[in-house]
Amino acid sequence: MRGRLPLLAALALLPTPALAAQPAERATNWTAIAMFAIFALLTLGLTRWAARRTRTAADFYTAGGGITGFQNGLAIAGDYMSAASFLGITAQIFADGFDGLIYSIGFLVGWPIILFLMAERIRNLGRYTFADVASFRFAQAPVRSFAATSTLVVVLFYLIAQMVGAGQLITLLFGLPYAYAVVIVGVLMTLYVLFGGMTATTWVQIIKAALLLGSASFMAAAVLAPFGFSPEALFARAVDVKSGLAATAGSPDAAAGRAIMAPGSFVKDPVSAISLGLALMFGTAGLPHILMRFFTVPDARAARTSVLWATGWIGYFYMLTFVIGFGAIVLVATEPGYSDAGGALRGGANMAAMHLAHAVGGDLFLGFVSAVAFATILAVVAGLTLSGASAISHDLYATVLRRDRSDSAAELRVSRITVLVLAVAAIALGIAFEGQNVAFMVSLAFAIAASGNFPVLLLSLLWRGCTTRGIVAGGTTGLVLALVLTILSPAVWVGVFGHAAPVFPFSSPAIISVPAAFAVIWLVSLLDRSARADADRAYYLAQRVRSETGIGAAAAGDH
Amino acid sequence: MIDPDHQAISRDPRYRQLLRERGRLAAVLTAVVLAAYVGFILLVAFAKPALGRPIAGGVTSVGIVLGFALILLAIAVTGIYVRAANRRFDRLGADLRAEHDR
Repeated sequence: MRGRLPLLAALALLPTPALAAQPAERATNWTAIAMFAIFALLTLGLTRWAARRTRTAADFYTAGGGITGFQNGLAIAGDYMSAASFLGITAQIFADGFDGLIYSIGFLVGWPIILFLMAERIRNLGRYTFADVASFRFAQAPVRSFAATSTLVVVLFYLIAQMVGAGQLITLLFGLPYAYAVVIVGVLMTLYVLFGGMTATTWVQIIKAALLLGSASFMAAAVLAPFGFSPEALFARAVDVKSGLAATAGSPDAAAGRAIMAPGSFVKDPVSAISLGLALMFGTAGLPHILMRFFTVPDARAARTSVLWATGWIGYFYMLTFVIGFGAIVLVATEPGYSDAGGALRGGANMAAMHLAHAVGGDLFLGFVSAVAFATILAVVAGLTLSGASAISHDLYATVLRRDRSDSAAELRVSRITVLVLAVAAIALGIAFEGQNVAFMVSLAFAIAASGNFPVLLLSLLWRGCTTRGIVAGGTTGLVLALVLTILSPAVWVGVFGHAAPVFPFSSPAIISVPAAFAVIWLVSLLDRSARADADRAYYLAQRVRSETGIGAAAAGDH
Repeated sequence: MIDPDHQAISRDPRYRQLLRERGRLAAVLTAVVLAAYVGFILLVAFAKPALGRPIAGGVTSVGIVLGFALILLAIAVTGIYVRAANRRFDRLGADLRAEHDR
């Protein structure tokens, strides 16, 4: 059981019941608030600068295509290095050692696959949204309606999880009331997106990524330095600490601490592990706010470079989290001040990294890292909102409703109205779900992205025989299956609704829903004899040539 | 309706070569990543003691070394693809564009 849920918890940042159960009243942390105020002022200044460069719909959605590969790589890494992965994975390593590494690897291996199969083709075919790519040769209205729906579902679940997580984390770290935290996140995010569009959203993400990588590097170095930078020495000390803790708890095994060097409870159930791996790997390739980033670079070459940088930074970050988790075992688990009377970490299991920040850098550094965690949520929420807004204004309004007869100014206006609506919805939902168990929502977003968006994108790109009907039927199948099976899974059926046993036994639906989506797209396309299907197949050649060579693709600036 | 331009490009031998070379590299590297990842998960599922065994007489286990190796592998294969694309595929693509893109 413990093997299944922590990932969901880690993903959602929302964490363990221990965190949720903490009383809201904590001493107000003025150091953290001051540091965060500096970050907010800096990024608002940046938004002013970005606002002057945001005139057209292209500027708003894609920063005018003027982001470099290196910058985009850092922004993608930033989208990925959420407060969830930082706090959740270090907490997992702090508790179980090796097992935390399994999560990190699942998150990382999606990136090479995205590069090999999709990144350059997506850049060559699309302008603003992944629906541009998925609907390239198909009937616009049905495919875009599906893609926009799926985008909004993914964005909504992701947003709720982030908002609730933000409220809880900031209550804990800053000592501010929950509702304040949610409103602050909502208002700042709205200012970034509304005025600064993609330019501000990207730069906020880049700054935050640099701050997070810098803080994590400092913590890892501070942990390793006393051991002469020998990981072996650090691991040996951590094993001793864990053995000591086990002996105190009455374990007869003198080498009990060795358990943190080996796989533990994560794989009680290999099917769940593989299913979760599929959701992580292919979900990344279907997340609308991540795919959107490929349209901010000038060409396919820059798209490719951004994946290399992103993979490098994310891989480096996961190595740091491993060292930080072990550092927490050595420095936090041995220090009684960080635990309560019962031996549990103060503030909940996910606070391991925060306590370590205090152990290596005192109150000032703890304040700094707290501010970075807040900034992290803010940056991710801004990207999500922008991608949700573009699905409504570009896919539904401009293409489906107005059939491309609207001008850039009208589209931009609809985008901005949508941003406001989404922001109000995010704040309202964040407050409505206070105290609820929403840990499953991020993994649900990943599962829907893997089951709905990924098969649609991959087959539309690579299979000539694919048709409009196949795409809509298969994508919808994946989306609905992912949703229904998640509701019937242990995390929701048992964890949220309180039933005795789950209807669907595995923690992630991906192992069923991803193949099902592929199968339905294939079967329906194969049987599709409509006139539209002939056109879909005939247009494949043109799509293929453009996706492979970039001939005819929108260049930077003139999207 | 198919733009005749696309027909011409698709018959260009350099286009076919680009698709063949890039397709092969992408397929091989995708297979490497998937095999390594699925293999790792299967080891974690079915060979826990083997992964827990220390290397070189210390406490660092085989599993930790493999896990870090997998992270480095992901970065390395990405680098291999980008290198090949920058050097080889972009040249083929540029040739095609020079001839067919007006």
